[in-house]
Amino acid sequence: MTDILTVTDLKKYFVVGRSSWPKRESITVKAVDGISFTMREGETLGLVGESGSGKSTVAYITVGMYSPTSGSLKFRDQDLFQADGKRPIRLKKDIQIVYQDPGSSLNPRRTIKDILKMPLQLHQPGKNRLEQIVYLLDIVDMPPEYMYKYPYMLSGGEKQIVAVARALATDPSLIILDEPTSALDVSVQAKTINLLLRLQQEFQLTYLFITHDLSLMRNVASRVAIMYLGKICEIAETADFFQKPLHPYTQMLLSSIPVISEEEEAFKPKKVISTGEIPSPVNIPSGCSFTTRCPFVMAVCREIDPAMVEAGPGHKVRCHLFTQPKPATVEGPG
Amino acid sequence: MNEASPLLEIKDLTVQFSVYAGKLQVLDGVDFYMYPGEKVGLVGETGCGKTTTMKAILRVLPSPPAIISRGDIFFDGQDVLRMNEEDLSRVRGRGISMIFQDPTAALNPVFSIGEQFGYVIKYSAPPGKSLTKQEIHLRAVNALQEVALADPERLLRSYPIQLSGGMRQRVCIGMALATNPTLLIADEPGTSLDVTIQDQVLRLLRTLVEEKNTSVILITHTLGIVREMTDRVYVMYAGDIVEMAVTKNLFANPLHPYTQGLISTVPRLTGGGIASGIPGRIPNYLTPPPGCRFHPRCPHIMDICRTEKPPTYRVNDDHDVACFLFQTENRA
Repeated sequence: MTDILTVTDLKKYFVVGRSSWPKRESITVKAVDGISFTMREGETLGLVGESGSGKSTVAYITVGMYSPTSGSLKFRDQDLFQADGKRPIRLKKDIQIVYQDPGSSLNPRRTIKDILKMPLQLHQPGKNRLEQIVYLLDIVDMPPEYMYKYPYMLSGGEKQIVAVARALATDPSLIILDEPTSALDVSVQAKTINLLLRLQQEFQLTYLFITHDLSLMRNVASRVAIMYLGKICEIAETADFFQKPLHPYTQMLLSSIPVISEEEEAFKPKKVISTGEIPSPVNIPSGCSFTTRCPFVMAVCREIDPAMVEAGPGHKVRCHLFTQPKPATVEGPG
Repeated sequence: MNEASPLLEIKDLTVQFSVYAGKLQVLDGVDFYMYPGEKVGLVGETGCGKTTTMKAILRVLPSPPAIISRGDIFFDGQDVLRMNEEDLSRVRGRGISMIFQDPTAALNPVFSIGEQFGYVIKYSAPPGKSLTKQEIHLRAVNALQEVALADPERLLRSYPIQLSGGMRQRVCIGMALATNPTLLIADEPGTSLDVTIQDQVLRLLRTLVEEKNTSVILITHTLGIVREMTDRVYVMYAGDIVEMAVTKNLFANPLHPYTQGLISTVPRLTGGGIASGIPGRIPNYLTPPPGCRFHPRCPHIMDICRTEKPPTYRVNDDHDVACFLFQTENRA
């Protein structure tokens, strides 16, 4: 499998204000603070984190809504942020996004036909528009007469499916799904996810799936990455990730999930109970940013930010418990 | 079940919303009971009538458009729907408290936490007895300590915007429990919070209600939360209670086709893929399907389902289901 997206040491800082007179230093939020990962052609990478962890910023940078403060993004060996700051239209065509709330990502004054027409006009000029729109609705299992409806006439699930069809209009190869089902009920979520999985097969799509729902990722993703305060703490193949969660934050997340069966209950890590809150991204603690909530915190954690280490094949973790080459700790605190 | 009389009993509650196009049949004969000290869940998807039911109990449904066309609600033996305003404010003040889904919307942004606490505590005092400022302050401080918030004195001076989402929800829980209510209605208390914070808030809520022996109705669409928080659960679909069971039994042996569909669509932490979901969509309340409201989406549909509304059958102790598949002599 070849790599479709390579992210190297990506940083995005936002200036949110200035400190008081006389210093007047700029106050920055380190929304994304040096993350690196690669995505393989055809996979689903689950990017999981709580609110304020920077996962949506990664999405917006990848589609080009923000430009990074530093670091590079390569899409099939082409740099996504070139010196002149303009992204060529054929690169825009290849990377599409589906937003969290279809209620606000679809223009309420346009019909579904108009909504789907816009990307077609921009990226595939000179073809039979109507035929293409009918085709797009057909591949997402929607009757053609829906093109004359307005978004308010559709249910939440149907609106999200229109948003998916709009993303597919440009014939992309990478789709960023920014919490596509978190606004939907669970039975509607199931339908939407199944549709996304079918489309992935049919069109060889690669998904960057941004979510806070680990149970969902267990069933959908091929690899999972956890973000906390702008950094990736752990990244691994899905099976490995859930069998052997290493980072204390991952264990805290897993142990907090409400589950519906005894077997899932037995599966959850028991040793880490959720405490504390995510610190303000303006005042990130020194050293490892998780020290304020970590039950295994050591002196070294407060001073030095741990580096990403490979704890197993394809299983990377950023925690001091695994940086010392002691075989006893490789199994992890859980 | 125990011998005591129910704390809350809802009988055949039917609520309609009068709109331009006609009458929305939002609740279609809801029956519900709970005993003192019980923790009861009410589960269902968006728009199934969970919140309408709870608002009817507190009589806070806006009318118009809401019309309670049939049914009775008894709280602690008193007829809530026919009570005068004075008795009603007593029920709202000390009998029943509510926690809402979004703590940001539940707190008034222009008053300090202390002022808002003050109102809650002041109006919960028994008639004829007023509390001094000192007493109110002391009780507010206690309430904040109970919900594990540090530095209550400073918190009482702060405004909602200065607190995080998790802290706001803790403040709301503190406020709801400060009056020592008999019944606490928690409407999606963790939904707007991150999963680790939700876990903390729910654990706190459970410890507090168990300490104080408060009865709880937990409204949610997250099945996992129901499983962890409640003793007994009602499942609602399109304005009807379709199933009631002891929580453990509901997850081990769901009977109603809707409950089965709902449970199968929850993604499991242990993997196994995603079920296909329930076909179709929630009905239009203006012209709900005749007979069983679930019949257009039901995989086990029979002729009778299209014409007759299924009564609630008692399948075994504490497991009721409103479905003709389980037709027995025993009506609940």
